Amino acid sequence: MIMIVWCDRCGRALDEGPHSACAAARELEPPRYCGQCRRRMKVQVLPAGWRATCVEHGDLTPTSS
Amino acid sequence: MPESVLARAERVLETGVGLDEAGVLEVLRLPDDQIPAILELAHQVRMRWCGPEVEVEGIVSLKTGGCPEDCHFCSQSGLFTSPVRAVWLDIPALVEAARQTAATGATEFCIVAAVRGPDARLMAQLAEGVKAIREAVDINIAASIGMLTKEQVDELVALGVHRYNHNLETSRSYFPHVVTTHSWEERWDTLRMVRESGMEVCCGGILGLGESVEQRAEFAIQLQELDPHEVPLNFLNPRPGTPLSDQPVLDPKDALRAIAAFRLALPRTILRYAGGREITLGDLGTRDGLLGGVNAVIVGNYLTTLGRKPDEDLALLEELKMPVKALSATL
Ligand code: SF4
Ligand SMILES: [Zn+2]
Ligand SMILES: [Zn+2]
Repeated sequence: MIMIVWCDRCGRALDEGPHSACAAARELEPPRYCGQCRRRMKVQVLPAGWRATCVEHGDLTPTSS
Repeated sequence: MPESVLARAERVLETGVGLDEAGVLEVLRLPDDQIPAILELAHQVRMRWCGPEVEVEGIVSLKTGGCPEDCHFCSQSGLFTSPVRAVWLDIPALVEAARQTAATGATEFCIVAAVRGPDARLMAQLAEGVKAIREAVDINIAASIGMLTKEQVDELVALGVHRYNHNLETSRSYFPHVVTTHSWEERWDTLRMVRESGMEVCCGGILGLGESVEQRAEFAIQLQELDPHEVPLNFLNPRPGTPLSDQPVLDPKDALRAIAAFRLALPRTILRYAGGREITLGDLGTRDGLLGGVNAVIVGNYLTTLGRKPDEDLALLEELKMPVKALSATL
């Protein structure tokens, strides 16, 4: 099972909330941190989407996140 | 009594000659209740001197992040603690991005790289990318890869890049507060070479960097002096980790005043909504700007942030009865 414990926008622990501002910002931003390990991801924004890659946990896309 | 700014704006409509700095400043200082009137005039100026078409563009980042420069608004500078990491786009994905852009009806596709200026690797990647796009997709290709040498300008012309974007970002007097690793004049030099090469010049900036209204007017007039083919107007979207992360977002009324002022300074220029309109103006303000002088949009996502869905923008243009400029009309 995948455990998401880090905020993918600010990189802080989800239970150290609130992250409502992060969630709102994420409407117009791709994720930057891996939710599983907090590593900064390599993120490519594309005209019609984005692709984020964690060196440890692999690829993330708008539909998979 | 001195002539009112609305009367002077009427003269812009008649003559197609932009407002001077004092006039631009007056527009930027108009009271709230006069904003609708000045937007209406700016819209008429746009319709008269540019026409009803809207130019649609998509952009993509060929090389993201890790930039050695320190533009204080930019999440792609390697000098700040921004979460944006360096990444390169491969050629098949670049061609796919161009294809997605063309599918929206866009006529412009701008390839952008976060660099001070291109090195041999970037020039080679760009050359390969432009060639691959030209073979597969019917779209005008623009580029934005920083400060150029004369040789690099010539290379871009030879590649068939038809427009070059290089933003002055802000007024000459405010620039040193925003960027310390290079000068406004260095940017101007690149623009001069691009102009002389015959490529179309695309040059704009970001409003809401902390500049004064006087400096905003100064910037509009400096753009007027440059006389670019296109001016992209960004509104600061404060990015985490950058020196401007806590800068407040521009007041939407000031953004609308600026749209009218820039249109009245630049009656014949393509005035494009670029980044930050979503958070600064929202849907309602976006519409007001399109009815207040703006005649071009970036559709889809930006370089490191996301935009509205292209369908939403295209539906809005249809509702406003503004036809999307066709490719044949741009060649
Ligand atoms: S040169 Fe461009 S990419 Fe680099 S920090 Fe400045 S705005 Fe960002
Ligand atoms: Zn958060
Ligand atoms: Zn991870």
